Amino acid sequence: MEYVNPLTGFRVDGRRPNEMRQLKGEVGVVARADGSALFEMGNTRVIAAVYGPREVQNKGQQVNSKDALVRCEYRMADFSTGDRRRKPKGDRRSTEISLVIRQTMEASILTHLMPRSQIDIFVQVLQADGGTRAACINAATLALADAGIPMRDIVTSCSADLNYIEDSAGGPDVTVGFLTKMDKVTLLQMDAKLPMDTFETVMDLAIEGCKAIANYIREVLLENTKRLECQRDH
Amino acid sequence: MDHHQRWRPTVNEREFIERALQSDLRVDGRRPFDFRRLKILFGREDGSAEVQLGDTRVMGYATAQLVQPYKDRPNEGTLAIFTEFSPMADPAFEPGRPGESAIELGRVVDRGLRESRAVDMESLCVVAGKHVWSVRVDLHILDNGGNLIDAANIAALAALSTFRRPECTVGGEDGQQVTVHDPEVRDPLPLTIHHLPIAVTFAYFGEGNIMVIDPTYKEEAVMGGRMTATINSNGDVCSIQKAGGEGVMSSVIMQCLRIASVKAADITSKIKNEVNSYTSAKALQKVKRLPASALKKDNAPDVAMKESSDGALETQSTKPSSDGQQINKEPPSVVEDNKQEDVEPMLSECNPEAQSESRLTAGGSDETQEAISPKSLKDAVKPKHKRKKKQHSKINV
Repeated sequence: MEYVNPLTGFRVDGRRPNEMRQLKGEVGVVARADGSALFEMGNTRVIAAVYGPREVQNKGQQVNSKDALVRCEYRMADFSTGDRRRKPKGDRRSTEISLVIRQTMEASILTHLMPRSQIDIFVQVLQADGGTRAACINAATLALADAGIPMRDIVTSCSADLNYIEDSAGGPDVTVGFLTKMDKVTLLQMDAKLPMDTFETVMDLAIEGCKAIANYIREVLLENTKRLECQRDH
Repeated sequence: MDHHQRWRPTVNEREFIERALQSDLRVDGRRPFDFRRLKILFGREDGSAEVQLGDTRVMGYATAQLVQPYKDRPNEGTLAIFTEFSPMADPAFEPGRPGESAIELGRVVDRGLRESRAVDMESLCVVAGKHVWSVRVDLHILDNGGNLIDAANIAALAALSTFRRPECTVGGEDGQQVTVHDPEVRDPLPLTIHHLPIAVTFAYFGEGNIMVIDPTYKEEAVMGGRMTATINSNGDVCSIQKAGGEGVMSSVIMQCLRIASVKAADITSKIKNEVNSYTSAKALQKVKRLPASALKKDNAPDVAMKESSDGALETQSTKPSSDGQQINKEPPSVVEDNKQEDVEPMLSECNPEAQSESRLTAGGSDETQEAISPKSLKDAVKPKHKRKKKQHSKINV
């Protein structure tokens, strides 16, 4: 299968090789949550809700009293993929993604400002069409910002595929989580065999994607703040 | 949540470790990019290996059974990694359901092996769509001294490299009947392994500008972030896992990958050496089943193991002449003297092992002389054990 048409240079879905999918971010979609967001990357659709900072519910989970406890639950809706199948809760994949999202968000949250408290992040995939991990992190960032939780930087995530650079079968997929202002990579996941210099190209492409998403997320947040300001004036 | 009981360093310990790292010193005296001592041991059975990386101990055990393949991959076998974090290894490990870290470890090892297609899956197919071999690797953490991922990955590789699956043939009137042969009747077959993906873990401290390789338990408790790069000896990146934590610059990541590829080459050759010496020892053991002079040859396997691990089989032929008076009466020494010319004599290391071994060859040769000819006939029937044959021919001359 060809991922990039050799004649036109367009991808299967009509994009250029290094073109990102349509982004859409919306803040405040869950009424009861302290912060929530919906994030779309093409057909991938993710909703995130943040509760907290609140009192630690289960004292046994508190690792230390100096930092806030961050918890994350990732879940894929049964109807999110083509084959509608009941997925067992807490399978290996979702447990790992929960861990990955939690540690990525922990890297940006200023946990030392909220001792003895707990922040819960719930991420639900409504529609999966590749890059769910990246979409989840972007949604979680938006939701955390909406909840007003202090963060040292905006973490955004983007995945890049080797196929989009050179067409080879099998989809090596690189997901990067990026702290934009600090210019640092916090999350990096890759599988499938790649020569080292190709990997560098793919990673750089993903980082570029992260930067673009960060700009978009800032726009969404700014828009939201303006809207809130308008409401206050009236 | 399995980490709430995990050992936490005191403020002083934390500061000590971090301060020392700022001047490139580590608590166990290593340099930042040194691995701890790696030891690979093999069990009695094929496909079992125990890896010791410093204080960390992981056991890997590979098994296989015939199953129906997945519908989307009818002509490929399967490979699955299972992890078992024994509660005796660490107070933070709880019995029962695997915790987050157990799942992460399993998935990192699994991805490194599977997505890079290290093990040939198509050769595990018996009847497409009906019967394929399903290989299962169980990784038991016996002691947590830090950096479980790297140790577990090596254990999995060592177990898979020595694993042998029983041979089977397809027959019957419909051509779908599978006969699995007893390992005693037909020699079991090794897996086809294209390359060894080696996991190398980096720990980041401070603001991500201090990094070390192969963190210990204490360093893991202090570190701000971690990255595991799985790389083979060709320098191909097979998988990377950096699950959040302290951010690092992308240039630092590339630097880490370059370091990792050097380390991967070292570890690959280490694993290959150990596996080779194990397999040749195993091949020699089979000879013992033959009737003649079974008792005497008892010592032969471990002698051979020593030799091959040194990578100098020739020393065997030179060493006997070190205590020449014993051998000189024997005909073999004449030939051995000739051989000495092309090999630099390693006479200086006249250790007790060498002596006992030379006695074996020397003493053995006169008694076995008459027994040799029937034995070499038997060897001809089993052409697999080239190693063994070589040794015989040496005694023979």
